[in-house]
Amino acid sequence: MVRLIRRAAHGLLLLLGVSILSFVMVELAPGDYFAEMRLDPRVSEATVQALRVRYGLDRPLPERYLRWVASLARGELGYSFAYGQPVGPLLWPRVRNTLLLTVTATALAWLLALPLGAWWATLRRGPSDAGLAGLTAVLLALPDLVIALGLLLLAVRTGWFPAGGMVSLGHEQMSSSERVRDVATHLVLPVTALVLSILPVLVRYVRAGVADALGAPFVRAARAHGIPERRVLLWHALPAAANPLISLFGLSLAGLLSTSLLVEVVMSWPGLGPLLLEAILARDFHLVLGPVLASTLLLLSGNVLADALLMVADPRIRDEGT
Amino acid sequence: MEADEPLVRVCGLTKRYLARGWRRAPAVQALAGVDLEVARGADLALVGESGSGKSTLARCLARLEEPTSGQIWFEGVDLLALRGRRLRPFHERIQLILQDSAAALDPRMRAVEIVAEPLEVLGRGGRQERRRCALELMEVVGLRAAWAERRPLDLSGGQRQRLAIARALAVKPQLLILDEAFAGLDASIQAQIAGLLGELQGRLGLTYLYVSHDLGLMSVLAEEVAIMLEGRIVERGAISRIFADPRHAHTRALVAAVPSLPAPAPSPAP
Amino acid sequence: MRALLEVRDLAVRYDAGNGAPAAAVDELNLDVTEGEVVGVLGESGCGKTTLLLAILGLLPGAARVVKGSIRFRGRELLTLAESELRRLRGAEISIIFQEPVLALNPVRRVGPQVAEVVRAHRRGTGRRGREEALSMLAEVGFSDPALVHDSYPHELSGGQRQRVAIAQALACRPALVLADEPTASLDSTTQAEMRALLGSLQNRFGLALLLVSHDLGALAALAQRVLVMYAGRLVEAGVPAEVFGDPLHPYSRGLLGAVPRAVVPGASAHPRAPVPIPGSSPDLAGLPPGCAFEPRCPDRLPACTERPPQETQPADGRRVRCFKYGG
Repeated sequence: MVRLIRRAAHGLLLLLGVSILSFVMVELAPGDYFAEMRLDPRVSEATVQALRVRYGLDRPLPERYLRWVASLARGELGYSFAYGQPVGPLLWPRVRNTLLLTVTATALAWLLALPLGAWWATLRRGPSDAGLAGLTAVLLALPDLVIALGLLLLAVRTGWFPAGGMVSLGHEQMSSSERVRDVATHLVLPVTALVLSILPVLVRYVRAGVADALGAPFVRAARAHGIPERRVLLWHALPAAANPLISLFGLSLAGLLSTSLLVEVVMSWPGLGPLLLEAILARDFHLVLGPVLASTLLLLSGNVLADALLMVADPRIRDEGT
Repeated sequence: MEADEPLVRVCGLTKRYLARGWRRAPAVQALAGVDLEVARGADLALVGESGSGKSTLARCLARLEEPTSGQIWFEGVDLLALRGRRLRPFHERIQLILQDSAAALDPRMRAVEIVAEPLEVLGRGGRQERRRCALELMEVVGLRAAWAERRPLDLSGGQRQRLAIARALAVKPQLLILDEAFAGLDASIQAQIAGLLGELQGRLGLTYLYVSHDLGLMSVLAEEVAIMLEGRIVERGAISRIFADPRHAHTRALVAAVPSLPAPAPSPAP
Repeated sequence: MRALLEVRDLAVRYDAGNGAPAAAVDELNLDVTEGEVVGVLGESGCGKTTLLLAILGLLPGAARVVKGSIRFRGRELLTLAESELRRLRGAEISIIFQEPVLALNPVRRVGPQVAEVVRAHRRGTGRRGREEALSMLAEVGFSDPALVHDSYPHELSGGQRQRVAIAQALACRPALVLADEPTASLDSTTQAEMRALLGSLQNRFGLALLLVSHDLGALAALAQRVLVMYAGRLVEAGVPAEVFGDPLHPYSRGLLGAVPRAVVPGASAHPRAPVPIPGSSPDLAGLPPGCAFEPRCPDRLPACTERPPQETQPADGRRVRCFKYGG
């Protein structure tokens, strides 16, 4: 219990640090939200200045940061210049969409990686072993961008799947079951892109973890007692391999979120990705912070979940506690 | 310090590990008031089962653990009152050899570097000087110069223990604590290391404190034995007396557990 | 009576990958009859663990049996299919490993690990497996089998874990039990308990026991015959009283001299200091052309460097491989 509370405290500190860092980095980027306006000859410099004062951009950085923290407490998370409204309400639908994408992709990736990696661990040197090694190597080497674009190309050429977006035209008019189907068909491509990106790493780690467990002395002892190989794998090796794999799960979340941002942008999936990109390009200060913090929060929750799972899975950790 | 002042004196030492963990593992009283004196040049063995506190006592003496209460006097100096820089000279005088030699030696360093490392840390001599010293020490423990460039994992268990001993000797200690240093070694290798230790003691005037669960082995290495049970010393005496007349119930149990073998026949003429 | 286990001329080679292959076991002959306790004495690297693994067909990938035969109840084990071997393992021939903490799955409770051995070999399912496990745990001396059944390995002491490993090995009442240094990692009083336990279980179930150990005490107490191994070969065999009391082979003599002898009541007052065997353990990948022990032998003869000695029987029931006795 103490362990989890400490984790929560660390998490809070992390959020704080990330927010400060993001603030500073956006400030360091040249220009501000009104940079484009300045280029427009119709708008006078005085107007721009007045707008800046109005939006508080002339205040010192620490003051702006504290004001933002205050608005956080109100649930507004600052004010977006581009959208002309508080950031909070803008964020939630996007978070939901990103979650839909990433949770589906994570679940699918692990559901594939576990049996595939476990099976690979039982193979000896041979054609299957080499084949899997080659396949994962190729997927690892392919940039995520290329994978995403390739899938889009496939969609456009064959028309099997919608090429981007989350909903079709006339989505609101559909019945609820049709709406679900609509989102589902739009989900296929981005999920596939994400899964193809993270699967090779997961499979390799699962294989390593299971291979390690299969080489453990207690597995040799089980075999020595005549336990059938299938039971050795499923009842002995996999649970023992769970420990490193759960830790991997926690770590993989960080990579997953950054990949998903890319995929969302390329495939026009209305999640945090496109929002963040827009905001950065427009120097829309507070709108940048929103998705960054949301991502960080997702990462932290994932790690806490992994920690809790670890306590469930490994009795030794349960008893050691601190 | 007077001539007959013991090298080490321990008074009322206790060590308590606090409760921790999800299931609230109970607090452990590892040492429950230990009084001990070790004379200079002695060969004392601390014998007990796992959980008797013998390793904890050894680690407290080597200042790797902080006792909860009590006092330790080394050469008349209050060891527990010292910290940091003033404690350092005493780290040289008390050296610890552990059971798992493979874990005690850096697998990436070469044998001669391992032996020279304490000298480097203490800033003694230049590089050439240290290397010469290290090679000499390796010779003393019976490791040929040919092994100087080997890594620990390329050596056998017995050779690794010799290396650990050479490294301990580099700083010219007065007290050598051997914590289960013989466990896991074959009998003939144990015999070789035992012979080496005996020879070194004569040459360098060392004091040995053995920690072990094997009373049989200790009976041929040590002159005196202190039996530990549940954090206390329950009996102490000369080896022959302990075997001939064990007084405490636990001592009797340990003596009974030593396997007896038929006496060896004299070797036939070739 | 036909022997339960017959090993003839066994040779196992081990490819460590960095040069010459090592002869882990060579020219090994040994018999175990029903209900007999045979001890194998030797130091690390002498091939005793390799022998046990070869019997069960559990040699690691780098090791191969290159010659010889191992027959169990008349069946040749070396040519048996894996599925057949699996049926034998745990049911007719089982093994107790050295480090109990390594032989048990750390994330599973101990009871089911005993029960699964029963289930793997008998028709028993669910409830029956649990009952058998509980009864076996009681047999190995636990006063509260139910409590132990539901514990995890890390909650038990070393001695308790080794008892569980024994329970696993005996769960299906095998005819032959192989024991690889079963007392090595334990406290001395626990070692004594374990020796007593093995002795009583062996008696009660009429097991044949092939006990590999460097603990002379265990062998003296339990074995009816002792074999001494050096560098993968058998160098001496006989009854413990003779092998320990009057060893023939120079290595056996050296080994017995190197083992600490505690003061035995009635014997001389001072324990005898151990006398080491000079030299170091043999390098199995680079054995000399003659006798493997020759470099360290105090009694060497000119013939010792030419070729390895043969096995001879200098007296009834005693075997030795040394030029001093014919070889």
